[in-house]
Amino acid sequence: MKISQKDVEHVARLARLTVAPEELEALTGQMDAILGYVDKLNELDTEGIEAMAHAVPMSNAFREDELKPAIGIERALQNAPVAGDECFTVPKVIE
Amino acid sequence: MKFHNLTIQDIRQKLNSGELTSVELTRVCLERIKATDDKLNAFITVCEEEALAAAAVADQQIASGNGALLTGIPVAVKDIFNTLDVRTTCASKILDDYVSPYDATTITKLREQGAIIIGKLNMDEFAMGSSGENSAAGAVYNPWDTQRVPGGSSSGSAAAVAAGQVVATLGTDTGGSVRQPASHCGVVGLKPTYGRVSRYGVVAFASSLDQVGPVAGNVEDCALMLGVVAGYDPADSTSVDCLVPDYLENLKTGVAGKKIGLPKEYFIDGLDPDIKKAVNSAIETYRQLGAEIVEVSLPHTDYSVASYYLIAMAEASSNLARYDGVRFGIRQDSGDGLIGMYQQTRTAGFGDEVKRRIMLGTYALSSGYYDAYYLKAQKVRTLIRQDFHDVFEQVDLLLTPVAPTPAFKIGAMTNDPLQMYLSDIFTIPTNLAGTCAMSLPCGFSEDGLPIGLQLIGKPFAEAEMLQAAYAFEQATDWSDRVPEL
Repeated sequence: MKISQKDVEHVARLARLTVAPEELEALTGQMDAILGYVDKLNELDTEGIEAMAHAVPMSNAFREDELKPAIGIERALQNAPVAGDECFTVPKVIE
Repeated sequence: MKFHNLTIQDIRQKLNSGELTSVELTRVCLERIKATDDKLNAFITVCEEEALAAAAVADQQIASGNGALLTGIPVAVKDIFNTLDVRTTCASKILDDYVSPYDATTITKLREQGAIIIGKLNMDEFAMGSSGENSAAGAVYNPWDTQRVPGGSSSGSAAAVAAGQVVATLGTDTGGSVRQPASHCGVVGLKPTYGRVSRYGVVAFASSLDQVGPVAGNVEDCALMLGVVAGYDPADSTSVDCLVPDYLENLKTGVAGKKIGLPKEYFIDGLDPDIKKAVNSAIETYRQLGAEIVEVSLPHTDYSVASYYLIAMAEASSNLARYDGVRFGIRQDSGDGLIGMYQQTRTAGFGDEVKRRIMLGTYALSSGYYDAYYLKAQKVRTLIRQDFHDVFEQVDLLLTPVAPTPAFKIGAMTNDPLQMYLSDIFTIPTNLAGTCAMSLPCGFSEDGLPIGLQLIGKPFAEAEMLQAAYAFEQATDWSDRVPEL
């Protein structure tokens, strides 16, 4: 096995997801099969090969630091599940 | 009126001459959607009132001689494009109530050319899927056989064109999501070179792979649509500042003297016999059109699915972290604090395939596994790109199948995600390499299902690829057939 049920539960916590107990076995099996498959990359010797982050070679894209019209507070908040006082509202973080 | 055999430029002429009005045309599309979409489920949102109002304005513009390329012509876009004051759900429960506060650059470009956005198309949730089945809005069905999938993830974009609901659509292609559904639905779909089209305002799945692409009923319309949306955008720092040629200008150039490569790794034993036959016949057509056909090799093809899924899932896990119930989308909160709210929102909002990929991506990026998975996949990606670079020193274009089988039955691969991933084998490598590719109809299976031919071009050589596609289309009649609905 590449991955255990315990690992899956740990990854779920990292990803801020909850896996229902009745789904854990099937999900672990599917993830294990996929991780087993991608192991085939280890057949290739990649010593000294540069990792590729982008399809086209590019360096940092800089622009002048100028003020431009922005979307506005009303528009920015229009999809907020909860908002008030021109802010997004979230559950209390600090006791 | 049927526009199956009309190009956008034909319709343009009819609109300009007064033979047809935009309001009439828009009504035809709306009626066609009403008549067929209970069978197909291609649309998530239809903007009937807005489209008719825009059509009335377009008719005035045309009458006063101020029409542009697409003035008065209804098009539709995958529900992943932010479209001002219209819902953009990505076919996900988590964005069920999201209304776009701005237009994606590609939508702005469509509007600048006068296009009418008639609606938003169904898709696999967050563009993750190869079948059109992973949608909170329900599966999309193939217009050629409603027992079968239309392909994915731009399922609605391909089905809507095939069914004659609209003349052209936009989709997105991260690992084949424009080309594979185009192939399964018998229409033309193009993935431009990475950086060719702005992605500003397009909901991100895997940022080093995503690209916007048009779907249309014929090569000419596909070329026209690409010309409308292509070009550098200061709002997308990954878009490339290089000249956009007039894709229509030299479309009839032909392929005489061109060197077309057949990568031997794409002509494997497991290839469906109907597909083999159709693609072989297409090769013969190209030979007769004067192209030189040579066998070439892309030796790392077999590693592309593994490299792709690791990279795509890792990037997706990062991109989809933003759906946390704070700034947009749904929120589920039973009072267990901030982390609890995140977990409840994401668990309730994402579908199974999206969760699976976020989990795998998170794992591949997690401490202790990053080098073994994500970094390794990026190194293999370098080898795959090098394959294409080498082969394009020898040939002008590559010709391959789009998918190893025709459209499969609904539900056939639902419980076997790995098998589903492997069906993307022929489309994934070009996303990894960043080059352009397209799908066009090249035949039908014994069951009457469309088969697509893939052309792969050099980076930023979409014009040359379109010329080759056009030559094939003119020499055959596969694009003339329409499904009965």
